[in-house]
Amino acid sequence: MAGASTRSGMSAALTLIGKRFASSLLTLLLVSMTIFVIAQLLPGDAAQEALGQSATPEQVAALRHEMGLDRPAHVRYVSWLAGMVSGDPGQSLVANMPVSEVIAERLPNSLLLAALSALVALPVALAIGIGSAMNRGGRIDRALNIVTLSMVAVPEFLVATIAVLIFSVKLRWLPSIAMASSDMGWGDYLRGVAMPILTLSVIVIAQMARMTRAAVIDQMDRPYVEMAVLKGVAPVRIVLRHIMPNAIAPIVNAMALSLSYLLGGAVIVETIFNYPGLASLMVNAVTSRDMPLLQACAMIFCAAYLILMLIADVTAILANPRLRAQ
Amino acid sequence: MGNAFQRAKALPLSGKVGLALVIFWLAVALFGPMLAPYPVGAFVAYDVFDAQSAKHWLGSDYLGRDVLSRLLSGARYTVGLAAAAALLASTTGTALALTAAVGGSKVDEPLSRFMDMLISIPSKIFSLVLVAAFGSSLGLLLLIAAFTYVPGNYRIARALAVNLAQMDYVQVARARGEGRFHIAIAEILPNMIHPLLADFGLRFVFIVLLLSGLSFLGLGVQPPDADLGSLVRENISGLGEGALAILAPAVAIATLTVGVNLLIDAIGFSGKGKGR
Repeated sequence: MAGASTRSGMSAALTLIGKRFASSLLTLLLVSMTIFVIAQLLPGDAAQEALGQSATPEQVAALRHEMGLDRPAHVRYVSWLAGMVSGDPGQSLVANMPVSEVIAERLPNSLLLAALSALVALPVALAIGIGSAMNRGGRIDRALNIVTLSMVAVPEFLVATIAVLIFSVKLRWLPSIAMASSDMGWGDYLRGVAMPILTLSVIVIAQMARMTRAAVIDQMDRPYVEMAVLKGVAPVRIVLRHIMPNAIAPIVNAMALSLSYLLGGAVIVETIFNYPGLASLMVNAVTSRDMPLLQACAMIFCAAYLILMLIADVTAILANPRLRAQ
Repeated sequence: MGNAFQRAKALPLSGKVGLALVIFWLAVALFGPMLAPYPVGAFVAYDVFDAQSAKHWLGSDYLGRDVLSRLLSGARYTVGLAAAAALLASTTGTALALTAAVGGSKVDEPLSRFMDMLISIPSKIFSLVLVAAFGSSLGLLLLIAAFTYVPGNYRIARALAVNLAQMDYVQVARARGEGRFHIAIAEILPNMIHPLLADFGLRFVFIVLLLSGLSFLGLGVQPPDADLGSLVRENISGLGEGALAILAPAVAIATLTVGVNLLIDAIGFSGKGKGR
């Protein structure tokens, strides 16, 4: 493929992207099977769960039939998958309304929280990562290394607790519970979600900065950078003009990996601040063993993760001049 | 022993701090409950969310129990569960990786594809599904945490083992007619033990954070047992007044995980692989 002529370069890239896309779809399919199988392994079943211990076997059998639980597992899997794809993943057992409606209410909140956190985290993380790479081995670099190394290992609820203590208990600037509703203005909304965003960003920034630093330093050791240094190119120019174009793929990869962390971190952060998002919905689904809802939430999180990884890989393919050349 | 001491002396300051924290928490997990000034479940203070005092070094919790005593006992759950789960995850992942490395592509291909699939399920989401399906007794939590982090260990161990399997000395062993089991255990494993130990430390950190997170959500260790995450959860009503009862266990978890991280970093192994 490296020997491909420049004209076929673009089509080679497209083929690669197509293959990568297909493999993501296949992975998602396998993930859906895994989640379905695990969710169906629970002792007892949803019908028994819904009716409680006092139900007669006939009642349970009738409800099982009504819910379609008496069909063989592979039939249930196919109909569940078909439902997921067509946007109807079944009925939520606890809320007693379609899963799609429950999720439709929460998903925009989560996406907004993730987007705002990313917006805060990306520039800070890039600045820290590139800054400490340029100062490699120096005092600032070593200090930042210790700080980010510690931040990646701190539990979210400690960051959240400290944020609440500072900003809502001591300074009384922000509410300690996240408010988010459609009838709020932007100012109120931002005040309401400032602390969840802060908490999520802190840990994402630490992770992303570390990976960005590693990506930039990896390039700094290459001969072409040494050449530029010997030519007397200014350090800032070396980073921006020489290193960055080559480090884009690993940096985007780092961003995608860190942002995928937002998915898991949101589980704790949404719960501690009572934020009405998808992750806290999923926690409720676990507590109430609402399997249809849980499966749908899990699939959304997995799909989001796979999409992020896909974006990272496609960027890497497009950033490779051998494939991009037209 | 003298060798270990000299190595510890050669560590940079951050590594010494990390080592001290790790030793401290191991000691607390082993001996802490014996030093507890009060029984774990006893109501000993008249006020809830007391500040620190001579009688209660870390104040009292939401029911008027001694926070220090509960913390000492909670640390044993957190450290013990996480260490056992990390050990189980690492041994399982490494055993599978060695099997893949010496088993040829017929074993390697399907196993690696399967692990790649598992690794693309975010770990917190995966463990939530597992908890919903199986419940969260202590034994199950251990298994769930271990299972969640097997794929990550497998990926790293396999990369190491496949590289080693191509080395000349392994080829020589093969030509000598050594069995696959001997090659995996006696030839390959000893040469990957160092990075594997560092990976074990990382798994331990991930699992501490995962289990505390689950307990914090009320889905982990169940009362009357309590790990450090449960302590944060049960005292969450003290957040508004900045109670020591909620800060102390949260800071305890952080010092434990940060300590392990600092130590691994100072020993000089760049941890690659999926983050938490």
